[in-house]
Amino acid sequence: MIQLQDVSKWYGDFQVLDTCSTAVSKGEVVVVCGPSGSGKSTLIKCVNGLEPFQKGDITVDDVSVGDKATDLPKLRSRIGMVFQNFELFPHITVAENIKLAQLKVLNRNEAEAGQKAMQLLERVELADQADKFPAQLSGGQQQRVAIARALAMDPIAMLFDEPTSALDPEMINEVLDVMVELASDGMTMMVVTHEMGFARRVANRVIFMDEGRIEEDCSKDEFFDSQRGDRAQTFLSKILHH
Amino acid sequence: MNYNWDWGVLVREPYLEWLTSGFTWTIVVSLTAWVLAFSLGSVIGIMRTTNSNLLRRIATCYVELFRNIPLLVQMFLWYFVFPELLPQDAGMWVKRGMPMPEFTTAAICLGLYTASRVAEQVRAGINSIGQGQRNAGLAMGLTPAQVYRYVLLPVAYRIIVPPLTSEFLTIFKNSSVALTIGVLETTAQARQIEEYTFQGFEAFTAATVLYIIVTSIVMLLMRFVEGRVSIPGMISLGAK
Ligand SMILES: Nc1ncnc2c1ncn2[C@@H]1O[C@H](COP(=O)(O)OP(=O)(O)OP(=O)(O)O)[C@@H](O)[C@H]1O
Ligand SMILES: [Mg+2]
Repeated sequence: MIQLQDVSKWYGDFQVLDTCSTAVSKGEVVVVCGPSGSGKSTLIKCVNGLEPFQKGDITVDDVSVGDKATDLPKLRSRIGMVFQNFELFPHITVAENIKLAQLKVLNRNEAEAGQKAMQLLERVELADQADKFPAQLSGGQQQRVAIARALAMDPIAMLFDEPTSALDPEMINEVLDVMVELASDGMTMMVVTHEMGFARRVANRVIFMDEGRIEEDCSKDEFFDSQRGDRAQTFLSKILHH
Repeated sequence: MNYNWDWGVLVREPYLEWLTSGFTWTIVVSLTAWVLAFSLGSVIGIMRTTNSNLLRRIATCYVELFRNIPLLVQMFLWYFVFPELLPQDAGMWVKRGMPMPEFTTAAICLGLYTASRVAEQVRAGINSIGQGQRNAGLAMGLTPAQVYRYVLLPVAYRIIVPPLTSEFLTIFKNSSVALTIGVLETTAQARQIEEYTFQGFEAFTAATVLYIIVTSIVMLLMRFVEGRVSIPGMISLGAK
């Protein structure tokens, strides 16, 4: 479903991504981890073309992201994305947040979009918050709305960039639970996270990044059990001791 | 001091009529200029936040040019110099042919000048929102134009209500510069009353009071607007 082929990216002279190759097949959950500044966010933003890259190619559902001729808005509308800081739109209600792109991108009518919004809010157990504004919700609630907003577009894959790292500890699980459920429903997911518990439960594969390179790309069992490159080992022991 | 106070001058004709007409011109020049300043300033401000190098550069030049030349000089340039630069017929039309040449020139000049200041506020408002919101909009498939329309601008304009209020107030005060090219607005009329009656204190007090009235009404109006557009749950948008 998602293919990365030798992707390299530079900010001026600084190389953020160094010949990254990997693939996520349909229904697969891939967790991306690695130290701060290793290029995880950049990698995941390249997948839906939020960040341009200079070398290599990325295809999503056989559509090339780097190709100038690609209709990027259309491609992005088929890929859901969830951000570290939720990024709900503060001036409209929760329901309107979920309806916006349905109305303006998919051209659904008001009734359809509204119905879809309510259905998804029920799924993330926030139906009673539909008419509130984002700032009136807790962080965990906001992130669940953000997930619902992405799902409203009926995406073929979901990208998550550290969805729980801006949350207070007691709210992390309510968001992870939604993600676990999503994974068990067969959603194709690429998740940047340091929640190794989540990786253990639902990941098919784990990618470890360091200094812009994919240092490890292996099945979950291999990642957690076997002997690996030193940096992955050190990094893992650090976050597992948290 | 040998000054003969005569507040009655303010309600005698033709002086009352002069003041009323002056006040009307102040309002008309200011509001016309504001419509121009707000629309053009928004476009220029938005251009400064786009990804296009060319658009950004054009907008930056506009702002630097219009913001850095004193308003009075701009007024003279538009009124005295600009028509001379045009082909003869067009120049004549600007000087005499077009309806109310002094008013039109003053309103356009004040509008173009204030647009550069509005543009800076609009730009600051958009930039204070941050890349995350932009990315969120793009990620769900909105086009860049739709991201501005539905995500960035609604929040940016709310953030800049206070500085825009102050620009709006300034445009009323700056409209007095129009007297230098012969628009008989409030300040010009006050001066004329002073020349005819020597009751300068009364005339300029009246002018001052008129400006204060406008200022107060604008402040009330904007406080109302601010209340109407405030977002529930958000203490201050600007603080983000
Ligand atoms: N716009 C930019 N201009 C220049 N350098 C950038 C830019 N964005 C990111 N970088 C640099 O690129 C590198 C990778 O950034 P990225 O955000 O992808 O890291 P990350 O792995 O997501 O880190 P974190 O865990 O802190 O989120 C960092 O060194 C960062 O400083
Ligand atoms: Mg990151």
